[in-house]
Amino acid sequence: MKITVNVWRQKNADAKGAMVTYQLDDVLEDMSFLEMLDVLNETLTLAGEDPVAFDSDCREGICGSCGVVINGIPHGPEVTTTCQLHLRSFKDGDVIDIEPWRASGFPVVKDLVVDRGAFDRIIQAGGYISVNTGSAPEANNLPVPKEDADHAFEAATCIGCGACVAACPNGSAMLFTAAKITHLGLLPQGQPERDSRVLGMVEQHDAEGFGGCTNIGECTTACPKGIPLDVISRLNRDLLGALAAGKA
Amino acid sequence: MAQAIDEFITVGDEIADSAAPSGPIEKRWDERKFSAKLVNPANRRKINVIIVGTGLAGAAAAATMGEAGYNVKTFCYQDSPRRAHSIAAQGGINAAKNYRNDGDSVYRLFYDTVKGGDFRSRESNSYRLAQVSVNIIDQCVAQGVPFAREYGGLLDNRSFGGVQVSRTFYARGQTGQQLLIGAYQALERQIAAGTVEMNTRHEMLDLIVVPDSDGTERARGIIVRDMVSGEIETHTADVVVLATGGYGNVYFLSTNAMGSNVTATWRAHRKGAYFGNPCYTQIHPTCIPVSGEYQSKLTLMSESLRNDGRIWVPKAQGDDRHPTDIPEDERDYYLERIYPSFGNLVPRDIASRAAKYQCDDGKGVGPGGLGVYLDFADAIARMGRKTVEAKYGNLFDMYARITGEDPYSQPMRIYPAVHYVMGGLWVDYDLQSNIKGLFVGGEANFSDQGANRLGASALMQGLADGYFVLPSTLPDYLASHHLEPVTEDHPRVVEARKAVEERVEKLLSINGSRTVDSIHKELGHIMWEYCGMERSEEGLVKAIGLIRDLKNEFWTNVKVTGVNEELNQTLERANRVADFIELGELMCIDALNRAESCGGHFRSESQTEDGEALRHDDEFAYVAAWEYGDDDKKVLHKEPLTYEYIEMKARSYK
Amino acid sequence: MSTTQLKRVPASRSTVAKKYAMAVSGLIMVGYLVLHMYGNLKALQSPEAFNDYAHHLRTIGEPILPHTGLLWIVRVVLLAAVLIHAYCAISLWRRNKKAAGFTGGLGAKRYHSKQNRTGIQRSYASFTMRWGGVTIALFIVFHILNLTTNDIHPGGASDEPYEKLHNSFQYFWVLLSYTVAMIAVGFHLWHGFWSALQTLGQNRSSTRIESNANTAAIVIAAVITIGFLVPPFSIYFFGLGG
Ligand SMILES: Cc1cc2nc3c(=O)[nH]c(=O)nc-3n(C[C@H](O)[C@H](O)[C@H](O)COP(=O)(O)OP(=O)(O)OC[C@H]3O[C@@H](n4cnc5c(N)ncnc54)[C@H](O)[C@@H]3O)c2cc1C
Ligand code: HEM
Ligand code: HEM
Ligand code: SF4
Ligand code: F3S
Ligand code: FES
Repeated sequence: MKITVNVWRQKNADAKGAMVTYQLDDVLEDMSFLEMLDVLNETLTLAGEDPVAFDSDCREGICGSCGVVINGIPHGPEVTTTCQLHLRSFKDGDVIDIEPWRASGFPVVKDLVVDRGAFDRIIQAGGYISVNTGSAPEANNLPVPKEDADHAFEAATCIGCGACVAACPNGSAMLFTAAKITHLGLLPQGQPERDSRVLGMVEQHDAEGFGGCTNIGECTTACPKGIPLDVISRLNRDLLGALAAGKA
Repeated sequence: MAQAIDEFITVGDEIADSAAPSGPIEKRWDERKFSAKLVNPANRRKINVIIVGTGLAGAAAAATMGEAGYNVKTFCYQDSPRRAHSIAAQGGINAAKNYRNDGDSVYRLFYDTVKGGDFRSRESNSYRLAQVSVNIIDQCVAQGVPFAREYGGLLDNRSFGGVQVSRTFYARGQTGQQLLIGAYQALERQIAAGTVEMNTRHEMLDLIVVPDSDGTERARGIIVRDMVSGEIETHTADVVVLATGGYGNVYFLSTNAMGSNVTATWRAHRKGAYFGNPCYTQIHPTCIPVSGEYQSKLTLMSESLRNDGRIWVPKAQGDDRHPTDIPEDERDYYLERIYPSFGNLVPRDIASRAAKYQCDDGKGVGPGGLGVYLDFADAIARMGRKTVEAKYGNLFDMYARITGEDPYSQPMRIYPAVHYVMGGLWVDYDLQSNIKGLFVGGEANFSDQGANRLGASALMQGLADGYFVLPSTLPDYLASHHLEPVTEDHPRVVEARKAVEERVEKLLSINGSRTVDSIHKELGHIMWEYCGMERSEEGLVKAIGLIRDLKNEFWTNVKVTGVNEELNQTLERANRVADFIELGELMCIDALNRAESCGGHFRSESQTEDGEALRHDDEFAYVAAWEYGDDDKKVLHKEPLTYEYIEMKARSYK
Repeated sequence: MSTTQLKRVPASRSTVAKKYAMAVSGLIMVGYLVLHMYGNLKALQSPEAFNDYAHHLRTIGEPILPHTGLLWIVRVVLLAAVLIHAYCAISLWRRNKKAAGFTGGLGAKRYHSKQNRTGIQRSYASFTMRWGGVTIALFIVFHILNLTTNDIHPGGASDEPYEKLHNSFQYFWVLLSYTVAMIAVGFHLWHGFWSALQTLGQNRSSTRIESNANTAAIVIAAVITIGFLVPPFSIYFFGLGG
């Protein structure tokens, strides 16, 4: 099939970027979206041009490296990661717009690559359970109701891709932050640090320049892992509790 | 035969693992820990530890060393430690907890590991791995890893990889992800506490080795490239740990992540570290087949599918009917036929090779005839679609997304793919390589898995090394030697840095006519063809020649666009491929040298009458530790393997 | 790498805390609206009922409270609520626009793609919160000048509450502006009521559609919009209360 792609090209963080159009005459519908970009890059390289920079690693939908905005939708038209999107979701002759995540918390590094270091710093602000190696009690000493464990797992499947931020009209990273709050908050092991965790993570979220959540829900629709909206409600509940308890 | 190999190698001195204590096997690890020297907590802050790689092994080690108070610096090539390749592991992690009371024990896990490794691993290492496995689960649960649980709230287990006990802990199909997130969170906690400095998007391009005052060569730092600014940086330390994962991408197509590479370990090898058993690769039988030349990587379908799916090919060659149109009596359920007792659950290498034979015989299905069917029709009839969906739904969805076919209504197509490498840098019981002060953990070392790895044991090894082994053995090294600081203007440091800069310049200046990927693909074809599921002397000799030509082609005709001073993904790949080419050559030489079949290594010259792998314990019961030597001849150091606890037996799955 | 790190502020002044303030002030206003609507509906009963009600509002609590005492308490609370609400709304609005990566002044684009501009599932209501809020604010000013102070008195000034109402709603443009305002209020509450419950941690469903909070918001928005519009429409079309 033949397709046309409009790709955001930006040399580095300080450069001004622009959309550039490329024609691809010979792609197959079994190709993944990133393989299509590989093909484009091979052509560009042979022509001596700079290939399009984009992040990807596992190409299995689990590492969260990949992610571009395709036709205005983070990760494109299917509920999956960019690497798991295939050209069979498009038609012969389509024009496809490809842009990087756009949010001031995610500055563009080059072309389609953005800096998501903010996510790591949000985790640093409390997204963990403080347990030193070797001091852990026997694993089965503390049963966890299956339902809680399953819910915690569901929230823990967040891959840190950042699509939620790219989709949120406010550039808010609340879904990402709340997924971690929920994962750890549902487990008995996570209780001692429950208040300090939510306080720290929300403060860091704001300090990174992400927007506030106004409960639009666009994030969950774009999320390749289907992180549910009630995690944000849980974060709100936890923060309210922590503030009310005077823990701030 | 001896002649072919003599052209490529010289045999050096035998080596031994001098770090392992010799007493009763159950006591060895305790004894080693007790004899280890300790570092005074007040001094730890002043000791610099470099850890390259923040997958399970690296992140766990960095977090633990950070907690202990050392000054740790870590590096990874991704934009966050949470994205290391460990994240992709699906199936689970083994531990000898015996929660099922089904007869499991540390000893049994040890036994299974040694047997599974086809008697090519060290008993001491395998025993220790089984021993610490139980602590891993405790640690992970305390960190909040949401393992699957039973209704009573206790941890659930499943049986995995053809063993008879249920000892695998899992978190749906995302165990690696959950374990890595746990380790990552522990690491981020230390970063926040200021004990660990994390350098993301930094790729290690060389090792700094400096002699101490006695003239002993010691690893003292690394040269890295900041992948965003292109700056070549020097980082010095008292000890260097490599936890940089496996090198399966030497085959171009593998289930490894796109960026998985051998550069860190290969550069260390070029600086003198021995490479252990490079030819041992594990080829996983249940991957989604290649669909075209553009294919960039392969996707694993969990092994658990073989529990309920039946594998078959059409009996007739070149039968291109739709699978559901092929009647039952024209299908060959070849695994069930050949291995009646294990059937579809034979070990990975056997299942893989059997599929290859069917395809070589012209019975393969799908594009290029490179695939066999994995059929759930019977399972759906037996358990109902609902149950199948509950058990395998996410895998079926993934398959449907990638292939565009519906696995509920027609059989899946599968084909083997490179998945894991047992080889890696040679290390002793302390996980220290022959270069003092260079430690290697996780898939990057060769240590615990022998010639083949059990399913769900790689995660276990990564975490065992990271949480428990390295944090016990590193302090012993650090306490035993007083090291003078190394400055950036030390001649060895300057030399290493200049070499990296020159290499980068060279790559950018060739400006030939071939892309990096095209050369990588060519290397992959050679490796898959001649050093894949089945290897022969003739093929390997040919491969070595082809690879040497390819190396020349690379260094004279590759095209790397752009400049060093910015994010340049082509340059990154070129650097990695250059090392893969050299590694590929060594793998072929190692495979040529090992004229026996064992574990994941199958030499066509060494098989029984009915086509099963034939080991030669009299000649090859050793670890092959390779010294770089020179471009033409590699130096082989043998580390003999002895078995005191488990009797060496031939594997049989008939 | 350096990013857009801002100054770290305590969680009590975070975006989430501002949303608590908006939710609480918003809910106070919702509560007021429900009572206000109930009062207005008395107009359907009879002009006297309505006037009595208005009078009653001013005498409630006497003699403990002075005349119009409670009314003034309500006014102060409402004024505070509206100011807090508007302050938080504006401060979040400015921050969020920047956070979403709109760069380069008026008409700036976030994504260049012209496809999918309206998001994947956003409700129309969620788009209109900000301008809808501004519309409501303008309406409130107009509304007080119109029916409380009676400075704007299209059909003639009066001291009788019912008469003020009746005189105004003879005019199509008055009816129209109230209708527009009520639709704005309806939209605002459709998203706002759901949002307030989610903000206060009361949503336990994985999607908005499934959430009871969303159902409640739709009901509240519909009841309030229709409830408010019934008296004016009755007056304009059926000459209610003659
Ligand atoms: C699809 C798949 C499924 C699997 N499933 C299972 C399973 O179910 N159970 C099981 O036990 N095992 C499984 N395995 C194997 C297991 O996942 C790996 O062996 C293990 O995770 C390796 O961990 P590691 O810490 O050694 O390395 P990795 O996780 O690969 O980490 C490597 C680290 O090194 C860094 N790095 C690499 N090179 C450089 C460099 N030059 N400079 C700087 N940093 C560098 C990377 O950034 C990364 O942080 C699976 C593997 C695959 C491919
Ligand atoms: C003064 C004029 C007003 C402005 C500028 C305004 C603006 C806003 C904005 C921007 C929001 C947040 C948008 C969002 O959550 O998506 C909001 C939320 C809300 N508004 Fe208003 N509004 C105004 C008046 C009102 C009035 C009069 C009411 C009640 C009758 C009200 C009730 C609410 C509620 C309940 C919310 C939800 C709060 C939350 O999300 O937590 N608002 N408003
Ligand atoms: C059709 C719709 C409405 C009608 C017919 C109506 C009618 C009235 C009347 C008659 C009064 C004067 C009462 C008195 O002085 O005793 C009044 C006051 C007021 N109304 Fe409305 N109203 C409507 C909608 C609204 C809405 C939507 C809001 C808020 C968003 C609102 C807010 C107010 C306020 C703040 C006052 C002043 C109360 C005071 O301070 O005395 N009204 N309204
Ligand atoms: S919440 Fe979803 S969209 Fe956001 S980072 Fe996690 S996986 Fe990605
Ligand atoms: S889209 Fe944005 S506003 Fe909140 S609910 Fe999601 S973060
Ligand atoms: S590349 Fe890993 S999620 Fe897409």
